[in-house]
Amino acid sequence: MNAQATVAAKPSGAKRALRFVLPVIVFAAGLLAWELVVRIKDIPPYVLPAPSVIFLTLIKDWAVLSQSLAATLLTTLEGFVAASIGGIAMALLFNQSKWVEASLFPYAVVLQVTPVIAIAPLLLIYLEQQTAVVVCAFIVAFFPVLSNTTLGLNSVDRNLAGLFQLYGASPQQTLRFLKLPAALPYILGGLRIAGGLSLIGAVVAEIAAGTAGAGSGLAYRIAESGYRLNIPRMFAALLLLSLAGIVIYGVLALVSHLVLRRWHESALGKDN
Amino acid sequence: MSSVKTTAGVETGLTALAVSLRGVTKAYDNGVMALGPLDLAVRKGEFISLLGPSGCGKSTALRLIAELSAPSSGVVRLARQESKAQPGHVQPGHFQPGHGIGFVFQEPTLMPWTSVRENVRLPLRLAGVPKADARARADEALASVGLVDFAEAFPRELSGGMKMRVSLARALVTDPDILLMDEPFAALDEITRFRLNNDLLALWRRLGKTVIFVTHSVFESVYLSQRVVVMSARPGRIQADIRIETVEPRGEGFRTSAAYSDYCRTVSAALAPSYSGQSTL
Repeated sequence: MNAQATVAAKPSGAKRALRFVLPVIVFAAGLLAWELVVRIKDIPPYVLPAPSVIFLTLIKDWAVLSQSLAATLLTTLEGFVAASIGGIAMALLFNQSKWVEASLFPYAVVLQVTPVIAIAPLLLIYLEQQTAVVVCAFIVAFFPVLSNTTLGLNSVDRNLAGLFQLYGASPQQTLRFLKLPAALPYILGGLRIAGGLSLIGAVVAEIAAGTAGAGSGLAYRIAESGYRLNIPRMFAALLLLSLAGIVIYGVLALVSHLVLRRWHESALGKDN
Repeated sequence: MSSVKTTAGVETGLTALAVSLRGVTKAYDNGVMALGPLDLAVRKGEFISLLGPSGCGKSTALRLIAELSAPSSGVVRLARQESKAQPGHVQPGHFQPGHGIGFVFQEPTLMPWTSVRENVRLPLRLAGVPKADARARADEALASVGLVDFAEAFPRELSGGMKMRVSLARALVTDPDILLMDEPFAALDEITRFRLNNDLLALWRRLGKTVIFVTHSVFESVYLSQRVVVMSARPGRIQADIRIETVEPRGEGFRTSAAYSDYCRTVSAALAPSYSGQSTL
């Protein structure tokens, strides 16, 4: 019976491994093809650099690129934290009063639907450059936190709300013991979206800002390298941005999983 | 809504009555009458069932008693410990809600994000009872429903019947005088329901609470209660008030006795007008 169980378990284990291995194989194959095409056709690096050249550039320019990476990540983090606090706080405010929600919600939507690339130049006129960049990241990331938290606060089980009423819970108690825990999965979902969006907001604002200096981020490096036709460095910076996005998403997904794993459907295995 | 003038008269009545509804009605916002006028008196320590078709307002009546909603007219009165201590200060409808009442909903209504013990401790936590004391009382309540080993478990790890027991323990943790139960076992399978019926009866005998039990099962109402109040629909009114008398304590023997089936027949007959007439569904 044990043997049977192992046999039965094996395909699913293999399947899981395949899910992980297949994208890696595709990635490796893509890189190989790219490398081969560049070498065989003898394409110059300023037209299309080979992956090996990009990798070497990454190492060679690490001093410049790592500084830019740190600048971009700091902007992203500041924008993300501001959007998280602002979005949750505003959702709580909306939840307290229908009138506040009715008065302010349309403007939150306006902020969301206006392309940030169009707002950025204006912000750069009125604000200091670093502040303007953070504000852009905030604007892009703010709305998903707000709307998800609002949705979560409004999805409280009706009977549980009745129970709290029955036991004479104060508004603060209801918020702390009922509404916030019930909204937590939604809030975490909003934060997961906001993490990636604040990186996008930061990059867009950096490109719009376009000023050189010690604090220039990765997006600025890309623009600058473009002007200089330093194509390998453009690719290297792009690679770093992409990796940063993946790490941000991964960290937030992990946090969400750890917080919810004991009770929420989204974090439970399918067989449970 | 009501004046204080009846206080003295009610005070004498309250020594025997746990709940009294007089001329209570409830209208929906659109003006349609959902309930009443309803007159109902429940003695202390009594186990009564409200039985009726869906839409007869039995759950509404329960919510009125729990003060989860206010009657459109009429008076709902509850006897509580506080009212005996200082009768002059008691205004109907202005009690500190919750202390005298335990409520069990149709669904277990547990907080999925926290443990069974924390769920049971909730009413005490909301009342500001110190943590150590509250934990001890929560464990005691869990023991009374036979779930003390599951205190650390999360609700999703429990079966439907066990969740309902947790819900019952939570209703008992404040040691209320009155236990209101809104079709608590309706969603359970029959075998689990029978077991919980017996457990509930044992608890009631031991703790001597007043129980108002809403159900749409004739068999459940007769098995459990001392009085079955049959209600009709639209608007919800009392159709019949049938006393179930048998040798106490009841057990599985009662479920198969001739007296039990006689009572079931009587109650069914009282219920008949609400489903034999033209369909309102």
